[in-house]
Amino acid sequence: MSDVLERPASSAPLDDGRLKIVGTRPIRPDGVDKVTGRALYGADLAMPGMLVGKVLRSPHPHARIVSIDTRKARALPGVKAIITGADFPELADEEYEAGESASNLRDLALNVMARDKALYNGHALAAVAATSSAVADEALSLIEVVYEVLPHVVAVEAAMADDAPVLHDKLFTGGLKEKPTKASNIAKRNEIKRGDLAAGFAEADVIFESRYDTAATHQGYIEPHACVASMASDGQCQVWSSSQGQFMIRTYCAKVLDIDASSIRVTPAEIGGGFGGKTTVYLEPLALALSRQSGAPVKMVMTRDEVFRASGPTSASVMTVRLGAKADGTLTAADVELKFQAGAFPGSPVGAASMTALACYDIPNFSIVGYDVVTNTPKVAAYRAPGAPISAFGVESAMDDLALTLGMDPIALREKNAVHDGTKASYGPTFRNIGYAETLEAIRSHPHYSAPLGPNQGRGVAVGFWFNVGGESTAAVNIAEDGTAMVITGNPDIGGSRASMAMMAAEVLGLPIEKVRPIVADTASIGFSMLTGGSRTTFAVGMAVTQAAQKIVEDLKRRAALLMDVSVDQVDWIYGAAVCTDVSKGKADLSLADLAAKSGQTGGPIGSQISLNAQGAGPGFGVHVCDVEVDPETGHVTILRYTAAQDVGKAIHPSYVEGQIQGGVAQGVGWALNEEYVFDTGGVMENAGFLDYRVPVASDLPMIDTVMVEVANPRHPFGAKGVGEVPIVPPLAAVANAVRGAIGKRMTSLPLSPPKIRAAIDAG
Amino acid sequence: MSKRTQVSAVVNGDPVDFLTDPGATLLDALRDELGLTGSKEGCGSGDCGACSVILDGRLVCSCLVLAVEAEGRRVETIEGMAEGGRLHILQQKFLEHAALQCGFCTPGILVAAKALLEVNPDPTESETRYWLAGNLCRCTGYDKIIRAVMDAAAELRQVRV
Ligand code: FES
Ligand code: FES
Repeated sequence: MSDVLERPASSAPLDDGRLKIVGTRPIRPDGVDKVTGRALYGADLAMPGMLVGKVLRSPHPHARIVSIDTRKARALPGVKAIITGADFPELADEEYEAGESASNLRDLALNVMARDKALYNGHALAAVAATSSAVADEALSLIEVVYEVLPHVVAVEAAMADDAPVLHDKLFTGGLKEKPTKASNIAKRNEIKRGDLAAGFAEADVIFESRYDTAATHQGYIEPHACVASMASDGQCQVWSSSQGQFMIRTYCAKVLDIDASSIRVTPAEIGGGFGGKTTVYLEPLALALSRQSGAPVKMVMTRDEVFRASGPTSASVMTVRLGAKADGTLTAADVELKFQAGAFPGSPVGAASMTALACYDIPNFSIVGYDVVTNTPKVAAYRAPGAPISAFGVESAMDDLALTLGMDPIALREKNAVHDGTKASYGPTFRNIGYAETLEAIRSHPHYSAPLGPNQGRGVAVGFWFNVGGESTAAVNIAEDGTAMVITGNPDIGGSRASMAMMAAEVLGLPIEKVRPIVADTASIGFSMLTGGSRTTFAVGMAVTQAAQKIVEDLKRRAALLMDVSVDQVDWIYGAAVCTDVSKGKADLSLADLAAKSGQTGGPIGSQISLNAQGAGPGFGVHVCDVEVDPETGHVTILRYTAAQDVGKAIHPSYVEGQIQGGVAQGVGWALNEEYVFDTGGVMENAGFLDYRVPVASDLPMIDTVMVEVANPRHPFGAKGVGEVPIVPPLAAVANAVRGAIGKRMTSLPLSPPKIRAAIDAG
Repeated sequence: MSKRTQVSAVVNGDPVDFLTDPGATLLDALRDELGLTGSKEGCGSGDCGACSVILDGRLVCSCLVLAVEAEGRRVETIEGMAEGGRLHILQQKFLEHAALQCGFCTPGILVAAKALLEVNPDPTESETRYWLAGNLCRCTGYDKIIRAVMDAAAELRQVRV
């Protein structure tokens, strides 16, 4: 069930209340391929003469690589190439912007293939290409590696200790006043401050403080990383792979292998889920290096075990949150400390977690301090609203306890301290056109919020925030000779974006949606676009598509004026046809098909391409309410009911907006209740498979109700805001707060697994 | 290297012969020997259901079946679900309900749902959820999938009446 609540006050430029396509629910253009099994994903391409590539991975979480002897493996018949770290150029220690966030190229290359040290169980040490999977496996077993096993550290606070084993002897804590002289696992300390913390707490009538921790969780896309790559003898490369950005793949392969970007053509396969986890490279540079050595195309596909051990989870964390409030609920101060596990290389999302931690609140005095800490675990990768669900778990749990202490309704407490248009956000800018108050109201007035609860049941509320981003994007629209249209973009469609691209173009052109075909093009066929991430595609690429279509409409008017022999300002574009506004001239309308048929007389083919750097992505707010029942015998939590409200700006295709919200909630529920990386004392992940790393299945969840609040973003032609990430922010705390209601105890450690809940109940 | 074995089976109604390694799974054979890449590998260990096919009328994870075990048997995959270019009602309902995002789980879920409706034409929501509990979807939260399956069941019952 879903509702749409609209506040028409600030409307978007093109939303004149007469939209014909935007806001409807057509069948997605790539749908038939996906329900018939025809859609081709990363592992579905086969090339003639293709070899199988496989990776040798470190069994140790921390070890010096003394030597790697590949001679026996090379001698095995059918082995065509073997690579190690020595086959890659040594890269400079520099940050490179290639998507949502900057990456350190040297770290990226070292993560793709270790050089001197293995830094986590699963770290790639060598790779082979062979004529069959069986030969490749045998070759891996013949590679002889001599290790000097080193002490390892997994837990974030253990890694921060003075006597912790140090992962990188050249890593010195950044963000301190004085540059330290001793290497540390603390890569960086960041701090955001406002006002006078001590004075704020002195003003408070009530102070609440607690410590929270969360486990590392994986994005859990069902499609493992996969690619096919080929490098010809002239150095020209082709890569076919599943990722969140073909240009990102091109950039990283070019850098890691020191090849010109223009020599690499990356074709995006369909992507079987990413959630941020496919915003980096693991296999592609290896496959290219193996192809270079063997002279044949190489296919590489990770096993599920490899996905867990070697691709990025998100951070485990330890947090403390201290809140001060007046008796009427007004927050006077907040003190937040976040310690995030980065994995083997710096780069946890602690910065974003700090910026989002208090973004829903207007607090005069606060301090947020974050630590980015390296550990002997796989390097974290982006995971849907990176970092935000973690800090929201701490802050929203504390807000819930504060509401209890004050005897206030949890939504009333949040409304009392809510940010509004004009509020200076905790992370800097001033909010404009936000729909947070409307979203809170949507839940407060929802029947779910006042429905009765039974025994052992509890209700939890939590809010969440995500920035959403814009960024560099290119789109082209070409008109075919029969007046139908192609929309070409460079962004992998991860959850239905082709549908919204086609819809926006169709709306502007005045064509039926069936007459517009969207495609996601390879890197040589469309201009650069940043990757699909940061909830940017519908906003930023949608802006490029809309402008490209508008440019065509202007051109069509000019062409129609020529054919009608009237002046351009006498031609309007109305629902897919050029209409002469001067009725006295008696000119027949010219449809897009008419104009396309005569394009030769009016200047040639009809098409346009727009490249832009989209600014003004509207931030998103979500408010969730969740009911649970806890079985006091087993500690098992059942989600009884879930309602999520979100300010989405304008839902271009409401079904896929609902789908984003529902999917984000499901992932958040898994994070709250079941999912965690479990390491044995040897630093080896014990549950690297879907049997033991348990993501939610259909029988774990109820229907997930959504309320789409539409407070238009005036910077987008149709008012859209990013929607994909916000929904995973509130659920961790919403579930924990509901469990608090059900058992009368605060659980501060995720996941809320049955043994932990049993222990809390038993402790009385 | 051990020798490859010849296997004869009926896939989506057509007789096929293929050569396979003794250790290869039915999923490998479908994808690599027969080019039927609609069945997906999400785990290779029977835990995700992306490789679901129907073997002699029974729903199985094709990653847990050896290719040689298909000898003389009938295999139905996602590629055989639409008949003569006409989508199965389940496929149509998945499109109408937007019951897919990335679509990677979709073939396996459609095959599993078809198997459900063959044994239980009128499943409750909870029966549908438990039947599909072996098929992971990380994108949708299952809401629209469950609705699509139940709507398809209702429509199929109409057709049968
Ligand atoms: S691939 Fe067969 S169950 Fe996952
Ligand atoms: S639609 Fe992506 S896994 Fe189900």
